[in-house]
Amino acid sequence: MYKNGRSLFENEKIELPEFLIAAYNHFEINYPKFYKMDILSKLGVLAADVLLKDDFKIEDYKAEDVGIVLSNANASLDTDIKYFETVKGIASPALFVYTLPNIVIGEISIRHRLKGENAFFVAEKFDVDFIQQYVSNLFYNNVLQVCICGWVEVLGDKYKTVLYLIEKNKNKKSLDFTKENINKIYENNNG
Amino acid sequence: MDKLINDLKVQIIAQLNLQIKPEDIGDDQPLFADGLGLDSIDALELIVLLQQHYKIKLSNAEDGPKVFKSVKTMADYITAHQPKV
Repeated sequence: MYKNGRSLFENEKIELPEFLIAAYNHFEINYPKFYKMDILSKLGVLAADVLLKDDFKIEDYKAEDVGIVLSNANASLDTDIKYFETVKGIASPALFVYTLPNIVIGEISIRHRLKGENAFFVAEKFDVDFIQQYVSNLFYNNVLQVCICGWVEVLGDKYKTVLYLIEKNKNKKSLDFTKENINKIYENNNG
Repeated sequence: MDKLINDLKVQIIAQLNLQIKPEDIGDDQPLFADGLGLDSIDALELIVLLQQHYKIKLSNAEDGPKVFKSVKTMADYITAHQPKV
């Protein structure tokens, strides 16, 4: 796991489900509901925790002003397949609740008490033009002051999660919200 | 009854992905709200647990709050309703 190009946690010897629990323990997160989440939500919640810790005070903003816009290629297919397997016997209610990709947004929102506009888009590839235009429009229309944005994807053992935080009023340290910078963030994090 | 109660605690922890030990659950401790803090999805998982492990279908949904009050009440319900082999 990287933040602003700096490695925070690595372990290539274990499978993704164990890696997520190891990272949860490493960052000393205390949120028991994490264990019940599907892989997609675990990826999103873990990345959001790392994104928001230390450098950013979310409490400086009203809950309604902080939104989330995510995308990926395979929606909730990773969990859909697992749920389908249980349907052959007794369907699992705990898996069923994760058979929509936007549930990860709900989990992040609950965890950080965010109430702003949110959306989850499914596209074959990361569409920087669309995301930049969509989020800029939310800022321009004063719908949001801050947006957690990114790509949260998993299918089987292939996964990639890249989150970044955009503030309408740019601070001194932050990059401009341009397609070039978004692409740089996305491509520099090729997990 | 003690074995059934202990088995139930292990099964509940596994089914609900709880990060606690069987001995952390009191026999009479409420499972929901201020007790173990389970939610409505967990309640559905407990119904699945009864079907999977004990072949018991909860026939009357209104019985739920009584049956799932605690591990002890679950064990009582299983003892009274488990199909005879």
